[in-house]
Amino acid sequence: MPVLTYRDALNQALREEMARDQDVFLMGEEVGVYQGAYKVSRGLLEEFGPMRVVDTPITELGFAGVGVGAAMAGLRPVIEFMTWNFALLALDQIVNSAAKMLYMSGGQVPMPIVFRGPGGAALMLAAQHSQSFEAWYAHVPGLKVVTPATPADAKGLLKSAIRDDNPVIFIEGEMLYNQKGDVPDGEHIVPLGVADVKRPGKDVTIVAHAKMVAVALKAAEALAKEGVEAEVVDPRTIRPLDLPTILASVRKTNRCVIVEEGWPLAGIGASVVDGIQREAFDDLDAPVLRVTGADVPMPYNRQLEKLAKPDAAKVVAAAKQVLYIS
Amino acid sequence: MKRPPAPPVTVAAAAPGKAPAADQPDVLRRMLRDMLLIRRFEEKAGEAYALGKIGGFCHLYIGQEAVAVGTMAALRPDDTIMTSYREHGQALARGVSSRAVMAELFGKATGSSGGKGGSMHIFDAATHFLGGHAIVGGHIPLVTGVAFAIKYREGDQVSVGFFGEAAVNNGAFHEALNMAAVWRLPAIYICENNRYGMGTALERASAIYDVAQRACSYDMPAEVVDGMDVLKVRDAVARAAQRARERYVPTLLEIRTYRFMGHSMSDPIHGHYRTKDEVEQAKAKDPIHTFADKLRGDGLLDDDRWQTMEAEVADEVDDAVRFADESPDPAPEALLTDVYRETTS
Repeated sequence: MPVLTYRDALNQALREEMARDQDVFLMGEEVGVYQGAYKVSRGLLEEFGPMRVVDTPITELGFAGVGVGAAMAGLRPVIEFMTWNFALLALDQIVNSAAKMLYMSGGQVPMPIVFRGPGGAALMLAAQHSQSFEAWYAHVPGLKVVTPATPADAKGLLKSAIRDDNPVIFIEGEMLYNQKGDVPDGEHIVPLGVADVKRPGKDVTIVAHAKMVAVALKAAEALAKEGVEAEVVDPRTIRPLDLPTILASVRKTNRCVIVEEGWPLAGIGASVVDGIQREAFDDLDAPVLRVTGADVPMPYNRQLEKLAKPDAAKVVAAAKQVLYIS
Repeated sequence: MKRPPAPPVTVAAAAPGKAPAADQPDVLRRMLRDMLLIRRFEEKAGEAYALGKIGGFCHLYIGQEAVAVGTMAALRPDDTIMTSYREHGQALARGVSSRAVMAELFGKATGSSGGKGGSMHIFDAATHFLGGHAIVGGHIPLVTGVAFAIKYREGDQVSVGFFGEAAVNNGAFHEALNMAAVWRLPAIYICENNRYGMGTALERASAIYDVAQRACSYDMPAEVVDGMDVLKVRDAVARAAQRARERYVPTLLEIRTYRFMGHSMSDPIHGHYRTKDEVEQAKAKDPIHTFADKLRGDGLLDDDRWQTMEAEVADEVDDAVRFADESPDPAPEALLTDVYRETTS
């Protein structure tokens, strides 16, 4: 199987979907002539021309709305945000226009659009450039929220997102773009709403999405050295959330830790815990614990930033706590 | 990458041009009837609101009828219209049935949006009437997006967007018009300048008083149009549509009109922000009476025709109210439908 970076897997998905469907186009800042701020769109302008790979002014609200309007007219826009931090300017278009167009039109106006770009913290980018917003979008009915953790998932999920007839929030990992992995050629589709067990285990379930999957896998390796077999479940899609796969794992391990990069209050983990305590209360041998980003704006300083982010050591500590291992 | 040469700027001084739409008596009388229908429909909506049959916010279009009717008279069935939350009149002028609009105001299953949209979210895909948007200025980029799709498919339709003069101080207006001009998109931005954003006069909210001048920032053709004259509106929109269809040139039209009622049904007609005198002076230029007088003067309307028209319109509005009254509420199951669409591709 070909080995690709996460970046090139996304590029492949875009290229294949644009070749497959004339109605798919890419729009955003620096996606064309510059070849993409993170080079996800490399080569696409040359292949598909300026009407289908559209450089925009720096105007997130505006071009997100242009995408919504184009989708109302039947096209299938892929709107790239240079980062999800900038997309806050477009929140009105995503929440007030895209998410509810189908509903408030009584089902008359579908909204097949993908908003994509990198989310989460990178390195020392400080408060305004280091944020995880998946919980914000997951809160909104009408949106789907996708957070691929591997190159293969990145390709397969992006292809599904582009073919979906609903607005999809597709949050990539800025720190994942260079990650390499096996990526099937051609028609590789990962359906939305289906979790993936990234590592099987029997002693404790670790639920993690996006960049936190790598953190969870690292923690699982460390735990294995101490004789603990952790199962890592990646929901891959936050909305719709594949709760049955998470519950099946918890029913097997009876213990659960949920890892997310975002802030704790009203986070993704809070919803997962809600599902577990309702559906698998009697299967639990310990309270479910969460490892989250610290409840602060991201500091610039390297050491402070490290303290603010979830890492393998914090996940290991939480796993031991639910296993009552000191 | 070099931009194509800019189109000529014609701010506030458009060439008169010949009237492109047919001026047959039937067409002109139809325009009068459409304005009258909006007036009577809105009066009835106001009554139904007072009776509690219409909930939420309800913004009436009384006084502005010539803008919607004049605009629609210059458009084709395959053009697309989007507008703000004061949109009953535009929907009716576009040809959405008065039954479907009234039933939507009543929140009924037979409404244009199945009762899920209400007064502020009237949609009718069949007539390319795509809402009904209730965040001030938020839909202006959507108008640009539809225009983008038209050019993407090399079509000759136009994308038309209505909004009030208060929306032009919003960032979405600037972003949307700038992109339409940079990319040369077939859009017509219709600013219905009724002088007040709720209770704030234009002069208290905007550094310049001619909305049309803002088009200079985008190297975009613009006109100031008398919104109390339905034919002037029609002809200005026709000129803009021609530029859009033939050359992919967007236009900003500032159509000066006046809202005879309060901002919404919960607001007073004058309040602290405008005087009764001012409202009465505006009513003296009532677009329906003005146009009826013109048709009489031209020998195209007499008392008999006028009374017949009034009676027909009254019947249509009564029928719409009866239909809305008798229609069922949406079934409880409707709560959960239309949140997501099943993907078929």
